[in-house]
Amino acid sequence: MTDGTNWMPTCPLGALRKRAKLLAAVRRFFAGRGILEVETPLLCRSGVTDPHLQAFTTRIRLPGARPGPELYLQTSPEFAMKRLLVAGSGSIYQICKAFRNEESGRHHNPEFTLLEWYRVGYSLFELIDEIEALFAELCGEDLPLQAAERFAYADIFERQVGADPLTATPAEFAARARALGLPEAEALCGEDRSLWLDLLFSHVVQPRLGRGRASFVYDYPACLPSLARKRPDDPRVVERVEVFLGGLELGNGFHELADADEQEERFERDLALRRRQGLPLPPKDGRLLAALRAGLPDCSGVAIGLDRLLMLLARADSIGEVLVFPIERA
Amino acid sequence: MATVSTSEFKGGLKVMMDGDPYNILENEFVKPGKGQAFNRVKLRNLKTGRVIERTFKSGETLETADVVDTDMQYLYNDGELWHFMVPETFEQHAADAAAVGDAAKWLKEQDICQVTLYNGSPIGVAPPNFVELAITETDPGVRGDTSGGGGKPATLETGAVVRVPLFVQTGEVIKVDTRTGEYVSRVK
Repeated sequence: MTDGTNWMPTCPLGALRKRAKLLAAVRRFFAGRGILEVETPLLCRSGVTDPHLQAFTTRIRLPGARPGPELYLQTSPEFAMKRLLVAGSGSIYQICKAFRNEESGRHHNPEFTLLEWYRVGYSLFELIDEIEALFAELCGEDLPLQAAERFAYADIFERQVGADPLTATPAEFAARARALGLPEAEALCGEDRSLWLDLLFSHVVQPRLGRGRASFVYDYPACLPSLARKRPDDPRVVERVEVFLGGLELGNGFHELADADEQEERFERDLALRRRQGLPLPPKDGRLLAALRAGLPDCSGVAIGLDRLLMLLARADSIGEVLVFPIERA
Repeated sequence: MATVSTSEFKGGLKVMMDGDPYNILENEFVKPGKGQAFNRVKLRNLKTGRVIERTFKSGETLETADVVDTDMQYLYNDGELWHFMVPETFEQHAADAAAVGDAAKWLKEQDICQVTLYNGSPIGVAPPNFVELAITETDPGVRGDTSGGGGKPATLETGAVVRVPLFVQTGEVIKVDTRTGEYVSRVK
C-alpha cells in the first residue's frame, strides 16, 4: 500500500474555483473567435526527439497478446494537432495534460496542463497579438496588465547580459558570466553556444521579464530552433517566440516549420545528440513527416502553461499551490 | 563518502565543494521549456559561514561531506580553545575561535550546545536557543521611569551585551534568545 499520509489537496479550495473560472474563460475566448476545440491522444506511438525533453513511456498490450511496442505519454500535443491542420481542420485549440519526465520543482510538475492553439494564415506577430488579447481577458481585474513589451532576443540579451548572443565567443560569454556573478558557468558551458544562451538567458534575462505586463521575446538564435521556421531574410534567427509574465516562462510559439525534409533533418540532429548523451532514442514520428509532405497550411502556433498562469493569478509561490495533487501526492 | 545528484540536493544536506564542506540551504530547478535543465543552489560554507549561489547542470553530482551535528556539554575555555564533551561517552573535543565564532558570547559552562564535526573536528558551534545568564553590569534604572521603551544595555557574565528593561538590575539572571540576541524575561 502507498503512504496514507497527506491525502489532502495541496491547494486551497479557492484554487479549484480559480481553475474552473480560467478554463471557462479560455473556452469563451476561443468560441468567440470561432476556433474549434479538439482532443488528440495523450498516449502516442512516437515520442519527442528534443534532447531536453524526456517522455514517460509504457508498453501497450492488446488483449491476450504479449507486450507490444513502447508508447509515449505526450510532452505536448503539437504533432497530432499539426496532422489535424494538414487534414483541413482550420484553426484549432486544445486544453490537455502534457507529461515531462525529469522535470520537478517550484515551477514544474511532471504532469501539467497545456493550452495549445494554431492559427491558420497567421504570422508570428499576429499570433503574439492574440496571446496578449487572451492574457488580458484571462487576467482581467485579478492581475491588471499593462500593454505587453516585445523584444528581439538579441536586443534584450545584449541589454541584460552585455554580449551579442549571435556573435559573441564562448570566452566573451564567460567574461560576462564572471562579471554577473556566475563564475561557475564557464566550466558548465565550455564551447557549447546553445548551453551558454540557455544559462545566461534563464539566469540573467528571464527573471527581469514580464513585470506587470507580458514580455514577448522573438527572433530566437538559429541554434535554438526547436520547430520554428528560419526567418527568410535573416538565417541567423528563427521565427520563434517565448512569452514571460512575472519572471515565469508561460509559453513558446512558432511560425511553424512546414518543410518535411528540414523537419526530418532536425529529428536526425536531435537523435544524434541523444545518442552521444546516452539518452533513449524514440522513433521519428513518421505520420507527422508524411502529413508535412502532404502540406501543412501556413500557420503559427503556441503552447501556454495554464498552471503557471494560475500561479500568477493566485499569487502562488509554487505550482503545488494551484494543483490538487502534485506528483508527490498523486 | 557517497555521491548525491542535483535531484537529491535538499536543505540540510552536507556536501563537499572546492575542498570545503557546505550545507545546502535551497535548491531551485530552473529549466527553459525547450532548453537545458539547471539547478540553482544556495549553500553555506561551513568553515567560513559565507552563503553562495552556484548553478549546476541537472544530474551533476557532489560528494557528501563527513559532517555531523552532535549535542555536547560546554566545559571550559583555556584561554585559547573551548572544550566540549559528549555527555554519553565523555568524549572530548576542543574548538578554536574560528569554529566557535559568535557563539562564544553565549557559552556558559555546562550548557548543552550543538557542535558540528567535520572529519571528526569541530568547525561550528551553535549555542542553545535560550540561555540563562547573570547580569554583571547595568546602569541602575530610574524608579518610576516607564518611558523610553528602548531599555538599557546590560553586560552578562559571558561578556555579551543585551538590551534589557529599565527595571532589571545587576546581579539578576535573565533569559536571552541567542538567535536574536534579545532579552526574554527575568529568571527567578
